[in-house]
Amino acid sequence: MDKIKSFFARLIRKDVFKTLLTSFSCALVGLLIGFIILLIVSPEASLKGFKTLALGFLDVPTKYGLRLESFAKTLTRTAPLIVSGVAILVAYKAGLFNIGASGQFTMGVFAALFMALVWHLPWYLCMLGAVIFGGLYGAIVGVLKAFLNVNEVISGIMLNWIGLYFTSMIIKQNSTMWDSIKYETIPIERVSPGSLIPTLGLDKLFNDYKYITIGIFIAIIVAVFYYIVIEKTTLGYKMKATGFNKNAAKYAGMKEKLNIVIILALSGSLAGLSGALLYLTGIENWYCPTNVPSMGFDGISAAFLGGLSPLGSILSSFFITHITIGGSRLDTSFYSPEIAKVVTGVIIYLCAFVLFIKDQLNKRILKKDRELGLELLKPNDNGDNNIKEETKEEESIVPNEPSLKEEEVNK
Amino acid sequence: MLLLIQYTLIFASVLSVVAIGGMFSERSGVINLGLEGCMVMGALAGALVMSFIPETVPGFFVVILTLLASITTGMLFSMLLAVAAIKFKADQTITGTAMNIIAPALATAIVKAITLNTGEKKATPYLYYIQTHEYFIIKIGSFELNWFIILMVLVVVAACIVLYKTRLGLRLMSCGEHPQAAASNGIDVIKMRYTGVLISGALAGLGGIAFINSANSSWPFDSGVVGFGFLALAVMIFGKWKPINIFFGAILFSLFRALGSVYTGFEFLKNLEINATIYNMLPYIVCLVILAISSKNSKAPKAEGIPYDRGMR
Repeated sequence: MDKIKSFFARLIRKDVFKTLLTSFSCALVGLLIGFIILLIVSPEASLKGFKTLALGFLDVPTKYGLRLESFAKTLTRTAPLIVSGVAILVAYKAGLFNIGASGQFTMGVFAALFMALVWHLPWYLCMLGAVIFGGLYGAIVGVLKAFLNVNEVISGIMLNWIGLYFTSMIIKQNSTMWDSIKYETIPIERVSPGSLIPTLGLDKLFNDYKYITIGIFIAIIVAVFYYIVIEKTTLGYKMKATGFNKNAAKYAGMKEKLNIVIILALSGSLAGLSGALLYLTGIENWYCPTNVPSMGFDGISAAFLGGLSPLGSILSSFFITHITIGGSRLDTSFYSPEIAKVVTGVIIYLCAFVLFIKDQLNKRILKKDRELGLELLKPNDNGDNNIKEETKEEESIVPNEPSLKEEEVNK
Repeated sequence: MLLLIQYTLIFASVLSVVAIGGMFSERSGVINLGLEGCMVMGALAGALVMSFIPETVPGFFVVILTLLASITTGMLFSMLLAVAAIKFKADQTITGTAMNIIAPALATAIVKAITLNTGEKKATPYLYYIQTHEYFIIKIGSFELNWFIILMVLVVVAACIVLYKTRLGLRLMSCGEHPQAAASNGIDVIKMRYTGVLISGALAGLGGIAFINSANSSWPFDSGVVGFGFLALAVMIFGKWKPINIFFGAILFSLFRALGSVYTGFEFLKNLEINATIYNMLPYIVCLVILAISSKNSKAPKAEGIPYDRGMR
């Protein structure tokens, strides 16, 4: 019993665990609020509705491999969201809020579709084009921020709209891209099958669901790559230093202006890649929406729900796609699919409290430790990856890993 | 030409009211990125009153009730930001973004639930208020104005007086510049910040109903307020957080926005044969260029976005 207790005592002091705990509680409360909304809208259908919403593909009948297909669909849509989440958090680590990710996503979609439909290039070149286009578009925000002091949130939003109108204008004028009868872009499959991301036989595993591609692996590789960049490289260190204290970073000899441009370009290139990962699967055609696409904003959800870690955003992206697909399956004679969006919105809202929750958690741990007479403990060595949080913890002098021995000695 | 002025005034009435709301919030030290969300919720409440109020109610009361509903709902929704940012010291940017995601989704869900319950077969995100829409219009010859334009003038004048001439305004500004110094003079920073955010919510709610009501008699709520809340933020920054500058900024921006809607009425513009999309892009590009020129020595409130910490020096 004591062993279990001390195991938990140690576990709760791990930062990873704290993040997981807070993210899970945010998700749970979000779902609960979703349930309340379902209950208000239509009490009699609410239980069934909640099951559909929360279970996502697991609620699909297994007959004819439908559930497997739905799972594959979830994976296909998770891939771009992971990358989009990484795009947001890369910038956020440097203290930049890249709300322009949606515009960079649009540019990525545009580049990928243009290269696929007009030039019939192979998929990896289309993807590269999307990365470059998104990156350049992100760099505009960076240049405006670094050299002209324009707030990145405002310029990002303006560029979202400019990008949307710009791409619509070009695509709609180009009859090799635009199907004016169906009012969407021509399917890539029809003109240039080589531009679709290969499936490498994955479709055979998923009941011949043809949109499942190696995109999900690309997304995971990108997430792991950025995890390493942020944690283990000089660039990652510079990023975090700039985000933590711009002036100190400058004083330490970092070119903070150049860093801002590079980071926003990186973030933009990821947002662009996210566009390629979605539209080069052929799962949907671009219909030149009149409103800014939500992928960039969903990336914000993924990043924050994932505790601002690239690895966390893999999990959170899957969860968000999961309930979005659940929402799209809601019985439309009772509910609208937007309810899933409300749930994600509530979850992000709660994520803003993460620091507060962690603070409270730390205070409780501190109190517990005081009771046990363990004020003087070992220094912080839990491998915390967020500078902001580290200092927060240093401020409140929270012991992070009391060793088992000391606890036993005190008993 | 008349149409251009009319549209400019309509857009300006929305932008300046919302931007001044944002200004109050930022002057008190809280960034209200959720203006867009507050607008949507305000618009929803107002539109609901306008669609479902009995026809026997006289026009004047319809106007008053609609405005009250919008303002209150805007304020209530902005409480989400106020509580998170002031009480729990949460990240204001994320909170605002979350509000912008929640509002259009929630509004669409509500409208769809209502249309389903009123016996329609298929859920639509549209609300119609064709009858009551008329009450808001003032006609001078062929020139159509609405009450919101008069409200805009009132709000601009009131904002100038409140901000620079009253105790409340001066205290509010001090909380956005240096809250600890303000607190040392006995000002309740928390209360001031709540006031700032609530004013922004109220004005955003008002702007929301002004936006969907000014030129339309129905509105699809799944498109939110098509980014006007963000435009208002840009206008606010362009106006250097000063009511009068914001007013002129809003007029300038609205002129370009209106041009996109009515350019076909001008022979020489029509003859240029520029793609219509260019006109849609124009206000955003102009805004970006103006920001790029004017942001170099931007005078943002010093303490905006930083949670108030009593113990900090």
